[in-house]
Amino acid sequence: MKMVIAIIKPFKLEDVRDALVAIGAHGMTASEVKGYGRQKGHTEIYRGAEYVVNFLPKIRIEVAVPSDRVGATVEAIIASAKTGQIGDGKIFVTAIDQAVRIRTGETDVDAL
Amino acid sequence: MTRDSGRMACGIAATLGLIFAAAPALAQEAISQIDGGDTAWMIAATALVLMMTIPGLALFYCGMVRKKNVLATMAQSVACTALCSLLWFAVGYSLSFAGDAPWLGTLERLFLRGIGMETTSAFAPTIPELLYVTYQMAFAIFTVALIAGAVADRMRFSAFLWFAAGWLLFVYVPIAHWVWGGGFLASVGVLDFAGGTVVQLNAGIAGLVAACVLGKRHGYGTDNFAPHDLSLAVIGTGLLWVGWLGFTGGSALGANARAVFAITATHLAASTGALTWMFLEWSTRGKPSVLGLITGAIAGLAAVTPASGFVLPWHGVVIGLIAGAICFWACTWLKLRIGYDDSLDVFGVHGVGGATGTLLTGVFAVAVLSASADAPEGSPGLLEGNARQVLIQLYAVVAVLIWSGVLTYILLKAIGFLLPLRVSEQHEIEGLDLTQHGETLQ
Repeated sequence: MKMVIAIIKPFKLEDVRDALVAIGAHGMTASEVKGYGRQKGHTEIYRGAEYVVNFLPKIRIEVAVPSDRVGATVEAIIASAKTGQIGDGKIFVTAIDQAVRIRTGETDVDAL
Repeated sequence: MTRDSGRMACGIAATLGLIFAAAPALAQEAISQIDGGDTAWMIAATALVLMMTIPGLALFYCGMVRKKNVLATMAQSVACTALCSLLWFAVGYSLSFAGDAPWLGTLERLFLRGIGMETTSAFAPTIPELLYVTYQMAFAIFTVALIAGAVADRMRFSAFLWFAAGWLLFVYVPIAHWVWGGGFLASVGVLDFAGGTVVQLNAGIAGLVAACVLGKRHGYGTDNFAPHDLSLAVIGTGLLWVGWLGFTGGSALGANARAVFAITATHLAASTGALTWMFLEWSTRGKPSVLGLITGAIAGLAAVTPASGFVLPWHGVVIGLIAGAICFWACTWLKLRIGYDDSLDVFGVHGVGGATGTLLTGVFAVAVLSASADAPEGSPGLLEGNARQVLIQLYAVVAVLIWSGVLTYILLKAIGFLLPLRVSEQHEIEGLDLTQHGETLQ
């Protein structure tokens, strides 16, 4: 089992969700985060006081998939989240040691 | 149990009523001239001015501070409303408006003694005096609440309460007496329709002094102090703008044409101030900010306050234009140049705006509009050939500047001996909501 973690631009959330559902993902977790990479921040001005905002709003999606589905999942995310502009985000894949469905007690792949 | 507590409540109410209404009225106007129309409007105006503080100013300010201080900022407005209301009724009104000594009122209206249903004040002969008391109370509250903006994000709540009480009594009351209560400034002919000196400049100077005495906020100039939620500030501006029609319209103390002239000049000044700031910012910074738009409106309102009932509508436009420009300069250039941390620009907007408007009143005053029973010829301004009025206005500005500045400084230092004015640095970093009030926005 692998956890596919994607940091994407916030307005792409629905597109990514649709793409993942289309390839058979049963669920995901999304959280609002702030971050930056090569995309620089912006400057805000309030009555003469300038503030440089380095951290930009992003959405972090986590979706747990069986190991053989990782490739399809990553491709689906790339296709739906890409705009071609700086700041599109990144995808990380990590290993999951254990998974449990709380309601039924199913474990590992049955829990995904 | 409930019947007993009900009886007790009635007993207390009756006693309070006797305290407030006891003693025969002193030599008053023989015939009551209370007018229904005037009274109705003034009741509405009182509500409008009260709304300017709660929640107008509360929202205007809290939207501009950081999230961790939003509730604390609102608490200052609400608490000082409550505190100053009681003090005003007890002794503030009397010392401001009773008697005609040049420096301070008398205690003949202590706890509203002598005010009955038919009693009127010589300053507002067509409305019940109690209504005049309450209307003026709303002004006093607003002035004190304004100052809180200068020390936002760092003043200890307990120290603020002491300050609010002391400042009302030692700074606001004397100045209100001087300008509106028959004191020496009124005697020399100062024109201040709704509080350019008494409210705006007064609070502005006090805010500047307080900001300097308390010192800069931790992280000022380096950390991100971006406003938490400017939409709250916009809502607050709307409440202030609309409420200001009661602030100036009600200062006519009657439902008459002067009130209408006041309202019109007020609204036009707000509109022009907003646009002026907007265009200045657009051309100098590249974008017209919402914060600039609303600040410009308030600057226009602050400046037109002393002039509103004495000037023509188009004068309101010019006043708004000048105020928008001068306050823009004060908030964006002067403040950075001198380096004080007036958190919410109380001095830059209200202080500078009020002073500007007070002087411009001397320029634009129209004799016909300032005519009254005491001065049937009215007070013309510079445009009508009377240059002296501008000097009289300047005299008032200087007098208020000195008294407010010095007394505010002394008061703060005195309170500072008893308890720290600022919260600790750690508490300031954590946020006033949590550390002063035990609450947070979720």
